Amino acid sequence: MLEIKNLHVSLEEEDKQILKGVDLTVEAGKVHAIMGPNGSGKSTLSYVLSGRDGYVVTEGEATLNGEDLLEMEPEERAAAGVFLAFQYPVEIPGVGNMTFLRTAVNAQRKARGEEEMSAAEFLKVIREKAKDLKIDADMLKRPVNVGFSGGEKKRNEILQMAMLEPKMCILDETDSGLDVDAMKLVAEGVNALRDEGRGFLVITHYQRLLDHIKPDVVHIMANGRIVKTGGPELALEVEQNGYADILAEVA
Amino acid sequence: MANPAAKLDPLAARIAGLSTPDGAGWANEVRGDALSRLSAMGLPRKRDEYWKYSDPTTLNQPEAPRAGLFVTDEAMPFSDVDRLKIVFVDGVFDADASDDLSLEGVEVERLSDALARDIHWARDLFGVLETRGQTPVERPLAALNTAFATDGVVIRATGKAAKPISLIYLHKSETSDAILHHLVKVEEGASVTVLENGPAAARFSKCMEVEVADGGQFHHVRAQGRDHERRASTHMFARLGAGSVYKSFTLTVNGVLTRNEQVVEITGDNAVAHIAGAALGDAASGAFHHDDTVFVTHDAVDCESRQVFKKVLRNGAEGVFQGKIIVKPHAQKTDGYQLSQALLLDEDSSFQAKPELEIYADDVQCSHGSTTGAIDEEALFYLRSRGVSHGEATDLLVLAFLAEAIDEIEDETLREDILTRLQGWLDRHRG
Repeated sequence: MLEIKNLHVSLEEEDKQILKGVDLTVEAGKVHAIMGPNGSGKSTLSYVLSGRDGYVVTEGEATLNGEDLLEMEPEERAAAGVFLAFQYPVEIPGVGNMTFLRTAVNAQRKARGEEEMSAAEFLKVIREKAKDLKIDADMLKRPVNVGFSGGEKKRNEILQMAMLEPKMCILDETDSGLDVDAMKLVAEGVNALRDEGRGFLVITHYQRLLDHIKPDVVHIMANGRIVKTGGPELALEVEQNGYADILAEVA
Repeated sequence: MANPAAKLDPLAARIAGLSTPDGAGWANEVRGDALSRLSAMGLPRKRDEYWKYSDPTTLNQPEAPRAGLFVTDEAMPFSDVDRLKIVFVDGVFDADASDDLSLEGVEVERLSDALARDIHWARDLFGVLETRGQTPVERPLAALNTAFATDGVVIRATGKAAKPISLIYLHKSETSDAILHHLVKVEEGASVTVLENGPAAARFSKCMEVEVADGGQFHHVRAQGRDHERRASTHMFARLGAGSVYKSFTLTVNGVLTRNEQVVEITGDNAVAHIAGAALGDAASGAFHHDDTVFVTHDAVDCESRQVFKKVLRNGAEGVFQGKIIVKPHAQKTDGYQLSQALLLDEDSSFQAKPELEIYADDVQCSHGSTTGAIDEEALFYLRSRGVSHGEATDLLVLAFLAEAIDEIEDETLREDILTRLQGWLDRHRG
């Protein structure tokens, strides 16, 4: 599904290399986790895959089902099936959450040559999905993320994911700022979306989230590279011993 | 031409081609007085304090600069609104195109008919509010309007007007120079909604004097557009009685020069004045300069005023806001709010703002803010990452930016109509 080969990325504004040759393949139906210390390049990887400005790819490639992601505009990547759950979801005053979601769903459908969702159908679907995430009608009506608590913002990200039904879900530190109950709710939302045809890349500092979203593969990222790959037990090792041992071992 | 001195005097040249219409003795006196005021003030100059950001040259010159006609298949604003239509073509009342001027709850007649008789309420209004509005800041173009206006309507609401009165200004001559003057009197407890739309002329001068008696309500929604080369100088002068409501909203799209002045004097306790505007200009399709100059004077206790002005500027479009709240010494418990914001869609566009507060009372709440900003890139990326195209995402953010001004339109049908205009403009001016 997602194939990243030898990806090198620098910041546009300053001559600083952040990713120094990332190789990673996420298969359909699998959950891959990326863990790593601060500044290792985890969030940069998520932004580069979703098409945020400010980064320059100097080498390597990233494809989704064979399509070159790096050539596409952010909205084209979304239509192709990439979804990034933001670490810090953006507040957009004046744009209603519902209006935003419906615009997004229909924009993607249009881009894929599919029929747009009617207002009635959309309402029916969103009410159902919102209920599972304990998102009430008021939250749907309010401006996007404005006045939402940290937990509400993250649940709203998962709601968007559920509505857009992407092929490749990238979760950037979705557990940050969440209490245990909120994390469970978010994890349930993610687990409900696990599917044969869908890949997940879960970026996290802590093993905690991975108790709830069980990964198939765990990668450790450090200094702009994947330095170690293993099964779920690798996350437990990090939890017990920190990163120092692993980094020393691969250095 | 024969007199070389006239050539040197811009005012004499400006009014040489204008003639004072004939009315009843009192009306002629009012016009004579207006001409005296104008002569004393002279035409506005670029060096005048409130003309620093807008160049009055083309408003002052004797002939209206040519303005090409704008042809569009789009339905006119307010087409779906049940209203009493009053049509002016290049500044001249068109009886055939207008509805019969009779409406429950309101008396409507042509200015010339009203000024030919001795109507006491019209005597108390015509030129009166304009004169009051000349202090503390001179507005010579308003005095010129009072002296030379050739047409207009007189509206007196005695009850609840059965439907909005819609003034439609058509532009059919590329060189027309129109001067219209309207009077609106809202009697105690009465209410009326006045709509205005259309480019009116190559050059348009409009003055509306509005007196709202105690407990009266005046609502005003205006759509200025879409001719690119039109020029306009408009004035709204209002005086508000106790417990009265004055709400005015203006949407402006396109226009090489638009200067909209509003002068509102609150003289009765517990009155409310809301003045709002949204202006959109894309200089890629023709030069755009839009100037809102607003003065609100609080001269009574417990009154509320709001000014909400938003501008969206692209490809070198220019926006100006000059707004002042004056609170007189005894106008305690005043709640005054003023907001002027511009969204610059590129680095070529510009916004000049001059927000002012002049407060002489000690127990008041007044706030003002003015900002100039670009599209929020974070928000734009967030929307695009969900599949919304760059253009559509920008539109969503522009509409969000304008929302606080648009929300000032109370009537839902009128608000929807204005939103349709806005969406149409955005669709035509995708970045």
